[in-house]
Amino acid sequence: MKSAVLVFPGINRERDMARALRLVSGREPAMVWHAETSLPEGTDLVVAPGGFSYGDYLRCGAIAARSPVMNAVRAFASDGGLVLGVCNGFQILCESELLPGILMRNARLKFICHDVHVRVERSDTPFTRGYNAGQVIRVPVAHGEGNYAADEDTIRRLEGEGRVLYRYCSPSGEVGDTHNINGAAQSIAGIINERGNVLGMMPHPENHVEDIMGCTDGRGLFAGLVAHLGRAA
Amino acid sequence: MKARVTVTLKTGVLDPQGKAIEGALKSLGIEGIASVRQGKVFDIELAGDKTKAEAALKAAADKLLANTVIENYRVEVLG
Repeated sequence: MKSAVLVFPGINRERDMARALRLVSGREPAMVWHAETSLPEGTDLVVAPGGFSYGDYLRCGAIAARSPVMNAVRAFASDGGLVLGVCNGFQILCESELLPGILMRNARLKFICHDVHVRVERSDTPFTRGYNAGQVIRVPVAHGEGNYAADEDTIRRLEGEGRVLYRYCSPSGEVGDTHNINGAAQSIAGIINERGNVLGMMPHPENHVEDIMGCTDGRGLFAGLVAHLGRAA
Repeated sequence: MKARVTVTLKTGVLDPQGKAIEGALKSLGIEGIASVRQGKVFDIELAGDKTKAEAALKAAADKLLANTVIENYRVEVLG
């Protein structure tokens, strides 16, 4: 799997992401600066990592979404290339209109930084095939704006088309207001686009991939991508 | 030429920041405040004629200043 990690000013999780990708795929990802106008030849997966691009000025991810490299990412996605956005990366993908909706300020206004449980809703996508449908995984979150919002039609479509892949839940998998950490519509933690090749999620799977991190539940996402691309190739 | 773009949240979009400000105003004992919605104001200087300026401001608001999923905007050329 040949991956490319986008680097925007103010991003701070790109090294964690690169480490996880290297660990699981066995290949060094390319680090791609935001001012680039193309992606490296043969890229299989583009990742927008977490952080605070442009200091979250204007709206989270808004300025990064308008940077030159995002035109290349849009073209890559429209050719069916796999794109993953984590945390600020999810915000950037929404602002780029690669994904619908927006991440608003957390309902209780606090920055949330701890492990959460999320339920994997289906396992038949490139982004979830490393898990079983209904499986609960423990992954960290670190965000102030993770409260997913969209108009009613969009939410209805996301649910109707099975495009919610990850949902905040209890350790045993129950979904409800008590476990919805940031007030997101339908407890949404991660969604895919209509075509199914772009995922945005608030939790950080890249931070739970090695024993030393205390948990390896995030590994399945990357392992699933590697398996998917291995099969496709 | 000076202009102002005002960006506000659409009706029905939850505004936790506005709610917190509303609570703070009430706790200050300022009477008569029913609700608060937070928005943004951009003061912009432009060169060129007014028609072009209006088109440029609309493009700026659509492409960057506002996220029209949740926000409305108003453009005023102040002269």
